[in-house]
Amino acid sequence: MADEILKVEHLNKFYGDWQALHDISFDLKKGEVVTLLGPSGSGKSTLIRTLNGLEPFKDGTISFKGQAIDPTIKNWQALRQEIGMVFQSYDLFPNLTVLDNILLAPTKVQKRPREEVKKEALELLERVHLADQVDSYPRQLSGGQKQRIAIVRALAMHPEVMLFDEVTASLDPEMVRGVLEIIKELSDRDHMTMIIVTHEMNFAAKIADKVLFLEDGRILEQTPGKQFFAHPQTERAQEFLSSMDF
Amino acid sequence: MSWDVIQQSLPEFAKGFRLTLWLSLIGIIGSVIVGIITSLVRYFRVPVISKILGAYVEIGRNTPLLIQLFFLYYGFPVMGLKLSAEASGIIGLIFLGGAYMAEGFSGGFNGISQAQINAGEALGMNRWQLARYVVLPQGLTLSVPAFSANVIFLIKETSIFSVIAIPELTNTALDLIGMYYRSNEYLLVLVIAYAIILIPLILLLDWLERRVRYGSFGD
Repeated sequence: MADEILKVEHLNKFYGDWQALHDISFDLKKGEVVTLLGPSGSGKSTLIRTLNGLEPFKDGTISFKGQAIDPTIKNWQALRQEIGMVFQSYDLFPNLTVLDNILLAPTKVQKRPREEVKKEALELLERVHLADQVDSYPRQLSGGQKQRIAIVRALAMHPEVMLFDEVTASLDPEMVRGVLEIIKELSDRDHMTMIIVTHEMNFAAKIADKVLFLEDGRILEQTPGKQFFAHPQTERAQEFLSSMDF
Repeated sequence: MSWDVIQQSLPEFAKGFRLTLWLSLIGIIGSVIVGIITSLVRYFRVPVISKILGAYVEIGRNTPLLIQLFFLYYGFPVMGLKLSAEASGIIGLIFLGGAYMAEGFSGGFNGISQAQINAGEALGMNRWQLARYVVLPQGLTLSVPAFSANVIFLIKETSIFSVIAIPELTNTALDLIGMYYRSNEYLLVLVIAYAIILIPLILLLDWLERRVRYGSFGD
């Protein structure tokens, strides 16, 4: 299919003898939002980290825009410019200002002109309501602000796909909303293709085109978003959803 | 204790002082360069070279400078490579200091969280870019205490150069004592000369340590 961005086929991953992912297969179309749900330790984070090569995999294939990825370091380095990622712990570079955090990779990795990237960075900062923090250092920001900067840092690379790995999990409750709104807007306004690992069920229900429900490294069900939250197919997913519902 | 004896020896000591400073400076700069390269290669586990440099660090740290100097100055000529005393001294000091510096920098690099490295990787950085923009700026900051200790250590180690007749401070003192038998005076000057180098330096390095510890980024 022409508009398929990522396709995962029969992916297996091991840590030593222990199998972390079992026969994972799914695809991601342009503009689609897939959320990975499931209990802790189900392999959601491992899976999302495998999709940009931060975790190696043993067998199976991952294809990007119809081309199977030959998982060498060099190939991943090139692909990561098109597959952006945001982490739970923000991981801004503490020795750089907000602006330099954002400019670093576009200017040094992609070798784009600083002025052009800077102009774009300022627009993106405006969008996440942090234009007044360009010269701040990460330690001067709150968790929610750091995470919004981390999203801008990834977006400045012009990725085709964004991966969000539990990006609100270490935020104070009142910070969560601001971050989720930005992600929602990325989907609604920019039609960004995304894979999201989250524990925010209401958010997942609003944004997911497709839900992958994982347990013990297996995909238990793969269901369109609306349907998953209304009528989960497996008993395990029903249990999971009712446990999250307080 | 005679002031005249001290005064007459000062021109000789001044020469030794300059030589000690000069050899220390070259030794420290060389050790830092060798240390950074070695620790980076080991950090990124570059195949083969990383293992070789690992062995180098162990040998460098676990053999005395005295023996390294004997090996360079007396051993190499036997194999047909004649080195001057100064060259032997500098090479020996950098061999020793590079290993110590490498270990110190490695400690700093290993203090960087894996998440920071992942963040750099996720932005498409290659190894060189990770080293330049993530590992070095953060790791070197963490290594300042080890770096300070090594700088002081290396300056003091230059006194060993006296055994291969490099006329630095200690050699100058021993020579003068041998000629004029005025141990008290010459040893006093020797101690003061080292103190003049080391005390201001220790204060400077302490200041640097405090700066990176409390200053951090963004104050």
